[in-house]
Amino acid sequence: MSENTAIPAKAQLVVIGAGPGGYAAAFKAAELGLQVTVIDPEANPGGVCLHRGCIPSKALLHVAKLVSEAEDSAEIGVTFGKPKIDLDKVRDWKNEVIGKLTGGLGMKVQHKKLTYVRGMAEFKDANTLSVTAADGTVGSMAFEQAIVATGSRPIMLPGFEPGSERIYDSTGALDLVDVPASLLVVGGGYIGLELGSAYQAMGSKVSVVEMTNGLLPGCDRDLVSVLKRRLDKKFDAIMLNTKVAGLKELKTGVQVTLEDKKGEQTKQKFAKVLVAIGRRPNTEDLGLDKAGIEVDEKGFVKVDGQRRTTVANIFAIGDIAGEPMLAHKAYGEAAVAAEAAAGRKAVYDPRAIPAVVFTDPEIAWCGITETEARAAKRKVKTAKLPWRGVGRTLTLGRDDGITKLIVDPETEAVLGVAVAGPGAGELIAEGVLAMEMAAVASDLRGTIHPHPTLSETIFEAAEMLFKP
Amino acid sequence: MAQEIRVPEVSDGVTEGTVISVAVAVGDKVEADQTLLEMETDKAVVAIPSPFDGTITEIRVAEGDTVSVGAVIMTGEPGGGKVAAPAPTAAAVSAPAPAETPAEPAPAPEPASEPAPAAEAPAPSAAPAEDVDLTPVREGERVAPAAPSVRRLARDLGVDIYQVQGTGPGGRISEQDVRIFVRETMQRITGGGPAPAVTGEFPGLHAQRPLPDFSKWGGVTQEPLSKVRSITADAMSYAWSTIPMVTQYDKADITELEAFRKEFNRKADPAGKLTMTAILVRICGAALRAFPQFNSSLDLARKELILKDYVHIGVAVDTPGGLLVPVLRDADRKGIETLAVELNETAAKTRERRMSPADLEGGTFTISNLGGIGGTAFTPIVYAPQVAILGVSRAGMEPVWDGSQFNPRQVMPLSLTYDHRVIDGADGARFLRWICQAIEKPINLVMKG
Repeated sequence: MSENTAIPAKAQLVVIGAGPGGYAAAFKAAELGLQVTVIDPEANPGGVCLHRGCIPSKALLHVAKLVSEAEDSAEIGVTFGKPKIDLDKVRDWKNEVIGKLTGGLGMKVQHKKLTYVRGMAEFKDANTLSVTAADGTVGSMAFEQAIVATGSRPIMLPGFEPGSERIYDSTGALDLVDVPASLLVVGGGYIGLELGSAYQAMGSKVSVVEMTNGLLPGCDRDLVSVLKRRLDKKFDAIMLNTKVAGLKELKTGVQVTLEDKKGEQTKQKFAKVLVAIGRRPNTEDLGLDKAGIEVDEKGFVKVDGQRRTTVANIFAIGDIAGEPMLAHKAYGEAAVAAEAAAGRKAVYDPRAIPAVVFTDPEIAWCGITETEARAAKRKVKTAKLPWRGVGRTLTLGRDDGITKLIVDPETEAVLGVAVAGPGAGELIAEGVLAMEMAAVASDLRGTIHPHPTLSETIFEAAEMLFKP
Repeated sequence: MAQEIRVPEVSDGVTEGTVISVAVAVGDKVEADQTLLEMETDKAVVAIPSPFDGTITEIRVAEGDTVSVGAVIMTGEPGGGKVAAPAPTAAAVSAPAPAETPAEPAPAPEPASEPAPAAEAPAPSAAPAEDVDLTPVREGERVAPAAPSVRRLARDLGVDIYQVQGTGPGGRISEQDVRIFVRETMQRITGGGPAPAVTGEFPGLHAQRPLPDFSKWGGVTQEPLSKVRSITADAMSYAWSTIPMVTQYDKADITELEAFRKEFNRKADPAGKLTMTAILVRICGAALRAFPQFNSSLDLARKELILKDYVHIGVAVDTPGGLLVPVLRDADRKGIETLAVELNETAAKTRERRMSPADLEGGTFTISNLGGIGGTAFTPIVYAPQVAILGVSRAGMEPVWDGSQFNPRQVMPLSLTYDHRVIDGADGARFLRWICQAIEKPINLVMKG
């Protein structure tokens, strides 16, 4: 445990929030020779990502993968019995994973000789914090520089507080209290689809309701359709262009009033409802205005290219500093803010931030999408390789996938890479590297890819660009 | 359908300019070729015309912004045909414009998949980042094609990665490209080095010693240098510090020539008014034919003298914005009357800053006439890469010995500065004497020219 409730009177650099952004910034700044104090309400660093986000959801999705692969294997001649889910064991394993990772970070805090205060902080002015420690003691802390990384929280439907028995958000769903007989997921974004998939695999009958006309808004439709074809088989229903008009908690479930595009209402009953309609930055209770830090109309802190806020000695990184709200974007910002705080000439200038949806199949993309290119009237050349004829996909028993390259028609520079299919999240790293290194299509084509692997789809897609 | 209006190619070698006035506002109806804004480039003030009849829907630049050739400055909706409304004047306009983006402002905010350039635009802040360019992605969606390590190197060296020309596939910028850019820039700053092969125009910076705090001794105000002033300062420092110059003085008896000129002007219309400068342009044109080394440029790197088959003479014109040197073409092949008309027109255009950048290019020799103001002699500075310049001072009556007595004669002092690397002292004296003799006895022009 790295917990320490003594509040130091001053800090050279204080990091508020110890999620992926906060702990990465703290470690980097310490490496660069700064005296770092970290303030976070949890006993160990980790933030939403480790405690209530990326890591636990991926643990559950691993369970889902085992179940679904066991089911699929009947087709290739291997039959397993119906899986038995020991929920307590699954939960323990998930919590063990979280414990190992956050504990490891706690050890690192000690190794790097950071001061860790378990508690909450609020600005009094641009050089002073009021810190409330977990044991209730309140103290004042003067600081030279600060990095604010307080993250985000799920948005609830208006009128419902998180903590309800039957209507919960991603945090509640990841607690894994039970496997409800039926689950309605409100919101067809990545969080809803990932958790819906996990619960479906563990035995829930899952339905999804999405207000817009498609799943994963912002993602190219050709990728989404790969996923939707499979989800249509796994989920009970995917209701698009549909709103939730009312929720009524009953003793045995939740009565949901759904309203379609024409305004017609139907009532359905579900054992539980998971609300996954987006996340909101945690910028309200920090006293930002007392420090003079400006926030935009969506609640994000305004920052410059070094992630400095409108107050030069205070930085903001991660979910509070704008979209996309992703841990790896926070890592990138953390390195820049820590270097800038140490007086280095760092600037946050990524050429691409990958987005990954960890459903089955996975969807991942980076750089420009076709949808964006069309909206911006930008001329692009694309190559789309369906996975049907690729050796490795067939040997995996899965040929539902597509790999897509988007290049500049004149320079052949890689502008975007997208993959739908099992393992897409791993494959996209090559696309991100290609974009950061300013690769052109010939570079991808001139790189020997290992055979037989899914990575060959990127090579073959590049080849397609040169075929007459 | 909305159409983007971009900065056109205004002249060879001109890659950017400063917006000095925006002549339209959002919602204005414009006609094709109507001036939308004026831009000051290294060489001239250029009016950017509207490419179509239509309505201006967006203005993306403000006065004082630096814009590059090809950058979108406005968008408009073509159509609507000719309009009756008079074009608004520059004074009527202070157009709304994005503050931070000189080239193309970022398009629509992008979704979560990508770093959104719009979101990254640096918020105004007291960032003590000194010389770090905080703009991660410039020029809209086009990014500098360079790996993170190369971008970091450029940042550490204070190099603007967007100025570096990449030599790799797709214009990719390598570490080597950044190093070459730095080396060539340094060579240019320190003078000498070969002209850059791969980099763009980089404004030469001349080493300056730290200045004292002048306000210790009284009030001061700072004004930014105009483009013309910075270019002049750069050109003059370069010439002064690299060219070994000699100034040769002589005097020409212009009594007869002045009598002729006054007589001619009594009958001439104002556009054709004959000036001493016009006459000197013609005489120098002939002199440059007779002494071709004065019509040359030196290429020390290649150890060559570049002799030009054409004679284009620059004439220094005093304008409210500073000294400019428009060029009269083929001064050796035109009659003095033609040259006089051309010179009057060019001088007027130059004073009003209406000339095009091309009018200021290609000179092989320069005349600077300060006679209208006064002075007995001065040492003009050669306008590199030319090798000689003629200064003209105020003519006056002097007693001239004709062998038996002093006669009152009108005498004009001339100063010839030349590049001593190219021209020997004896040739300098001969060249200036040739000019004086041609002034005194114009028959020489035909005899020798």
